[in-house]
Amino acid sequence: MSELYKLGIEAAAKGLAKGDFSSVELTQAVIDRVKAENPRIGAYLTFDEEGALAAAKTADEARANGRAGMLLGIPVAIKDLINVKGQPCTCASKILKGYVSPYDATVIKNLKAAGATCAGRVNMDEFAMGSSTENSALGRTVNPYDVTRVPGGSSGGSAAAVGGDMCIAALGTDTGGSIRQPASFCNCVGLKPSYGRVSRFGVTAFASSLDQVGPMTKSVTDAAFLLQALAGHDEMDGTTPDEPVPDYAAALAGASLKGVKIGLPKEYFIDGLDPEVKRLTDEAVAKCAAAGAELVEVSLPHTEYAMAVYYIVAPAEASANLARFDGVRYGHRSEKSDNVFNLYARSRAEGFGPEVKRRIIMGTYVLSSGYYDAYYGRALKVRTLIRRDFEAAFAKVDALLTPVAPTPAFKIGEVQDPLTMYLNDLFTIPSSLAGNCAISVPAGFTAGARLPVGVQFIGDAYREDKLLRVAKAFEEAR
Amino acid sequence: MEKPAIDVAYVAELARLELTDEEKAVFQPQLENIVKYVEKISSVDVSDVPPTMHGRAIVNALREDEVRPSLDRETALANAPARTGDEFMLPKIVEGAES
Repeated sequence: MSELYKLGIEAAAKGLAKGDFSSVELTQAVIDRVKAENPRIGAYLTFDEEGALAAAKTADEARANGRAGMLLGIPVAIKDLINVKGQPCTCASKILKGYVSPYDATVIKNLKAAGATCAGRVNMDEFAMGSSTENSALGRTVNPYDVTRVPGGSSGGSAAAVGGDMCIAALGTDTGGSIRQPASFCNCVGLKPSYGRVSRFGVTAFASSLDQVGPMTKSVTDAAFLLQALAGHDEMDGTTPDEPVPDYAAALAGASLKGVKIGLPKEYFIDGLDPEVKRLTDEAVAKCAAAGAELVEVSLPHTEYAMAVYYIVAPAEASANLARFDGVRYGHRSEKSDNVFNLYARSRAEGFGPEVKRRIIMGTYVLSSGYYDAYYGRALKVRTLIRRDFEAAFAKVDALLTPVAPTPAFKIGEVQDPLTMYLNDLFTIPSSLAGNCAISVPAGFTAGARLPVGVQFIGDAYREDKLLRVAKAFEEAR
Repeated sequence: MEKPAIDVAYVAELARLELTDEEKAVFQPQLENIVKYVEKISSVDVSDVPPTMHGRAIVNALREDEVRPSLDRETALANAPARTGDEFMLPKIVEGAES
């Protein structure tokens, strides 16, 4: 009973349904675990204990009155850029310190409607810009598998909470790899849904043509359950098409790799890969083959330009999105301003951290007069070529298998140069630009340091059902 | 000396972002490096290639233009750094105007 915090959604839901334990007991176990572990790991920024227990009690009462559901009474950790009414939403930035959300994001409305409780807010890189959570202005998060290492980022708090058994499941967001890379570093499953599959209303925007909310969980099945609640059309987000949402859990029944065509993009198997990441990726390939998958080498010829495209497009969109933080309607306002220009410029100077400032400057530059066509305009066209690469590949294969990141979790403070840090997203960025869905699934541990490493499966856009099936079969074959 | 590709101090001003001299000194070479890196897209042939604006193209997501309930005034003002009555308070904007 005392170790209920170790459960994932599937096992917890089963226990709750059978009456083995209540949601209040499950929630209390999570709270006790957070109290014991968070001072060491730093996954959570805040945790509303009272709110969590009250919501759990409501869920227990609903169950007593005949209600059921996979998420009923399940505590889910929420990345600190997703609005939950009445809770802080700081995006791990000083500029939003003290901000209290006036409304629920659509994903939160959906989770609450399914009976889940959202009481804990987890750390991240400031405004989701980073790959190590070291850019958080509000707290330090370490890797639960080795506290001298980073948890990855930007959804590092979500990954540390799941990997460190400090929650049952978590929500992250992914713009260029921010769900998948920390999932790989912290031994969890992390799913980035296809662009537009999940509403972003109420989720602080970083790069609007790329951002997606997704599940970070202890198993592929759990990711399917969580995605079921998140996915679908939202009239508050014009990028969510009104297309039917498949039954993801049902799609997992009898998952098998037999006859499944898995593409290995040759551009992803590069010399710079960490030898242990290479070994574990090769082993994953071999396991897929042994489980009956047909492996095919494919080429995504514009891969080498993806990171350059991303570091034009994402900062450009960020510079526009973050213009709303100006000290006028909410957030930090400088006390040293005597006119409106200074009010903007100083509030932003005092509120934003270095990486956010760098990206605002980069984005403003590529959009500025005289440079727009050469950088932003051209990047959008190269993005088309990258998307076409994926379309051509998915005409031939069911899924792609690649590494998630070039290395396992690195040491805190080890990566100082911004461009070197950006290289972490080398394998996750292209599918983000193309709008595909992709999932990081644990593949094993490195020799020696015993660090977790994930493998990435990339799926065709809006075929999360198929992608989850492949991931589930791999999980079983592993 | 060759003119740097990006003038960080100037662009920061466009972005309404005040930088310290120390920040300018740190960001200038870092951003020059990043700009140099992204310039690799200049070698790609993009003639006759249309742009991709979004991960998935949806054209004209429209709805009826009708009045609907939204945040009430108190809620909308609750996070304001400074307010006067029912409005956000700002320093004077028009030069020479009465405040």
